Amino acid sequence: MIELLDIAVLSMMVVSAVAVLWLRNLFAVVMLSGAYSLLAATLYVLLDAVDVAFTEAAVGAGIATVLMLGTLTMVPRQEKETRRGSLGGLLVVAATGALLVYGTLDMPEFGDPDAPIHRHVVPRYMQDSPAEVGLPNVVTSVLASYRGYDTLGETTVIFTAAIGVMALLGWGRRRKP
Amino acid sequence: MFAAAAFALLVAMGMALVRALMGPTVYDRILAVNAFGTKTLLMIAVVGYLTERPEFLDIALVYALINFIGTVAVTKFVRFRSLGHPVGDAPEGEI
Repeated sequence: MIELLDIAVLSMMVVSAVAVLWLRNLFAVVMLSGAYSLLAATLYVLLDAVDVAFTEAAVGAGIATVLMLGTLTMVPRQEKETRRGSLGGLLVVAATGALLVYGTLDMPEFGDPDAPIHRHVVPRYMQDSPAEVGLPNVVTSVLASYRGYDTLGETTVIFTAAIGVMALLGWGRRRKP
Repeated sequence: MFAAAAFALLVAMGMALVRALMGPTVYDRILAVNAFGTKTLLMIAVVGYLTERPEFLDIALVYALINFIGTVAVTKFVRFRSLGHPVGDAPEGEI
């Protein structure tokens, strides 16, 4: 049953992605990319990655849609007609996709308890994190303590991006007569 | 029974997606994507019961909030052509 749902959600994602490429009405493109994000979040829930689904729904379907609408206030609503059918681009994309699929071939089975990711540092985190960090939630101790510098870097990147977006959207210019 | 509900939701999602694709007006698309978001959160709730983990319901609630914020932003954009400050001589931009 879950496999059937996976297939249905994935095919709807393909439909909306192709539609985003084909449509020239940019408002429709923004709406469809929101729908695509919601589908991706559903897929993450189906794959048991609930926290990733949360992020996808908040950032992909929520904030990204609002930011793209903000961009749309400054650009025309219709995309300019361009020359279509670049064979070289198709080749590059197909080759990259094939490489990515090839890279997944020797990955461990989905949900395999013997996968390297479950055997490397996870047992140590599960056993020692209450004594070392003292938080009841292991995920939080990994993110905030063991991977603290990584999280700091991520936050810096997001902060910089937010400053850039605010500058582009003209924050603080609202009081001009 | 939950399987039947999931199937019905898939069909409804497909139909909403077709409406978002075809348009023709802006309002068709807004309504379609809003309905699509509602179907998504219902689907997550149903999947939670289908896999016997009803705590997925919390995620569905958060999705409902996000969906609402997105729809407010979209309708504001369509009405005022702006998300915050007034554009041109439209005085209602602050709403």
